[in-house]
Formats: sequence, C-alpha cells, structure tokens
Amino acid sequence: MDNGMLQLATGIMLGLLGLGAGCAMIAGIGPGIGEGNAVAKACEAIGRQPECKSDVTSTMIMGCAIAETTGLYGLIVAILLIFVAPGSFTDILKNITK
Amino acid sequence: MVDYGLIAMMLLPILACIVLKVLFTPASEGVNISGALVYFATDENLTATTFYISESQVNSIAVTISIFGLCLYLTHGLTAKAVCKRQLAAEWIVEKCEKLVRDNMGGFFAGWAPFVAAIMALSAFSSLICLVGLFSPTGDVNITFGWAILVFFLIMHYKFRGGLWNYFIGLFKPIPFFAPMNLIGEVATPVSMAFRHYGNILSGAVISALVGSALTGLSHSLLGWLPGILGDMPLLRVGLPAVLSIYFDVFSGVMQAFIFAMLTMLNVAGAVPWDDWNARRRKQNKPEIQNTAA
Repeated sequence: MDNGMLQLATGIMLGLLGLGAGCAMIAGIGPGIGEGNAVAKACEAIGRQPECKSDVTSTMIMGCAIAETTGLYGLIVAILLIFVAPGSFTDILKNITK
Repeated sequence: MVDYGLIAMMLLPILACIVLKVLFTPASEGVNISGALVYFATDENLTATTFYISESQVNSIAVTISIFGLCLYLTHGLTAKAVCKRQLAAEWIVEKCEKLVRDNMGGFFAGWAPFVAAIMALSAFSSLICLVGLFSPTGDVNITFGWAILVFFLIMHYKFRGGLWNYFIGLFKPIPFFAPMNLIGEVATPVSMAFRHYGNILSGAVISALVGSALTGLSHSLLGWLPGILGDMPLLRVGLPAVLSIYFDVFSGVMQAFIFAMLTMLNVAGAVPWDDWNARRRKQNKPEIQNTAA
C-alpha cells in the first residue's frame, strides 16, 4: 500500500469514526425524554402537596441522575470513538503497511 | 500550633500536585482534551503490561491525605461542652452521616457510617479538586472502577451470607433460562456505578474545554483588533465558563458523590438474603439477626 492509499484509508476511517460517534449520541434522546417526564411528574406532585417539596425535589434529582446513565454510556462510547479509537486504528494501519 | 500543622497537611498535598502538574505539562496551544498526564512509566508506549503512575493516582492520594488532615483538624481538641465551631461542624457531619446510613440501610448497618462518609468525601473532594486546575481523579475510569470493585466485593460478601448454594440457586430464578441475564446483572452493578460517575465528570470537563476553546476563538476573531496585549487576551472567556463550572464541577461533582454513596448503601443493604442467613444461623445455634426498621 503506498502513501496515498494510506492517507485515503485514514481519512475514511476518521470520517466513519466521527459518524459512529454522532450515531452513538442518539442515546441522548432517551434520558432527555425520561428526565423530562420525571420532572413533570415531580412538578405535579409538588403542586398537589407543596409541603413535600424538599422530599420530592431530592428524590427527583436522585432519579434524574440515575436515569442519565444510559445517555452517559452513549457519551462514553462517543468519546472513546473520537479520542481513543483513532490512535489504535492508526497503529493497526501502520502495522499492516510494514 | 498543631492546628497550623494540620492546615498545612490539608493544603500542601494539593500545592504539591499543582507544582507537579506545572512541571510536567507540555507547552501546547488550542483545544486540550486529554486524559491524565503520565508522570512515570516503565515503557514509553503505554501497553497493557506497562506500570505507570498517572496524575489521577497522585491526585487521589493527595486528596486522601488532605481529607485525613481535615478530619484531624476538625476533631482536634474536642471538649464535652462543645464550645468551638470546629467541633460543632464535626458533630454535624457525624450526625448527618449516621442518620443517612440508618435511614437507608437499617440498624444492622449502623456501623457503616464511616465507610459511607469516607467514600462520599473522597468522591466529592476528588471531583472538586478541578476547581484549582488539577485533573479530577474521578474523570479517570480507573479510579471510579476501583471504588466500584470495592463496593462489588462488599455486595458479594453479603450475598454469600445466605450460603453459596442458595446464591447459586438464586441465579436460576425465576426460570433457568434467565441465568445468563442474572449473571450479567451481577456484573453490571459495578460497571454502571463506575461509568455513571466517570461519565458525568468527564462530560463536564469535555464540555467546559470545548466552550472555553470556542470562546477563545471567538474573542480572537472579534476582539483581535484591540491594541497590544488586549488583542491576545481571550476576553470573552471571562464569565460564561465560570457559570458552567458551577454546574459541571461543583453541582455535578457533589451530586455524583452523593449518588455513589447512596447506591453503595442501597446495593449493600439490598444484597443481604435475610431469610437464608437466619435459617443458616438457626442451624448453627446462633441468635437471629434482625435489621431494625429503616
């Protein structure tokens, strides 16, 4: 494989990694909807029983932070694809050309 | 005199970390989103077998020493009358932690307050250390995974209380078909705890870095015509990153520390098979254990 082909392969690979990272972040939709629902219900609960405000708020924040997990998995995959994967793939390509 | 020594014990490790970071940071420009700096490695290319000491390890040990100093400072010179504010603060912390543990885990686990408080303080201060410009140890998956594995061992310890055979049978419930899923579920607990904490801190750091670099570029293009040194300074970076930092560094860091401690408590307290354990103890002629109501 000559140098031009190697550059082309690296370019295609980096583009696909970026595309994959973007696709992985679709996972952000789920927690967004879920946390929105949770906050809406918490607002309803506070409206019905204003005296429980502090309890409801702390439980809601706790639940929101746990519901965020799935989105964070997507984020971690995206970060790995952008910052970690290119290095190892480039090493593989270099080893192939040797 | 002892007080000054203890205050120095709190501050010096952090200062030492800052000095170490300044010495090791390479001069660079532009967006800098990198993992922890590596201070020492037996091999230049970090492979799986390389032994290396990274910034996150050093920082987490510095945080540990700092917290130890803080504890010694707060508990130095205790009196029965509780006249100084320091003692009131220490008593408040201890009371809150014991109440939290008792409410969430029940009376049997009342002795767990120090452990839970330690894990919460370590996590919170590790996240907050980025306020002085250091890399948060919690932004490194190795550190959070270490804590999660520690919690996993504790969970397993209590799950085995009901007898190894009962635990093994429990994996095949409700139907044997679920065994692989139950097994994955056991392993998923530490993985999800570690990744939740790590991902929150890391995403905050990445977003802060991106916003900072974007504002730098914007101020160079908009305010570059200013004379002299004013043109070089990223003036637009004043303000917005600080507001983001309040959410991403302070709120998110403390929140994740609380959630990590909360999940530790709930997972450990929920892992105990009370019926099986008491059945085993009856066989061994030992008194039964009751977890007093939460």
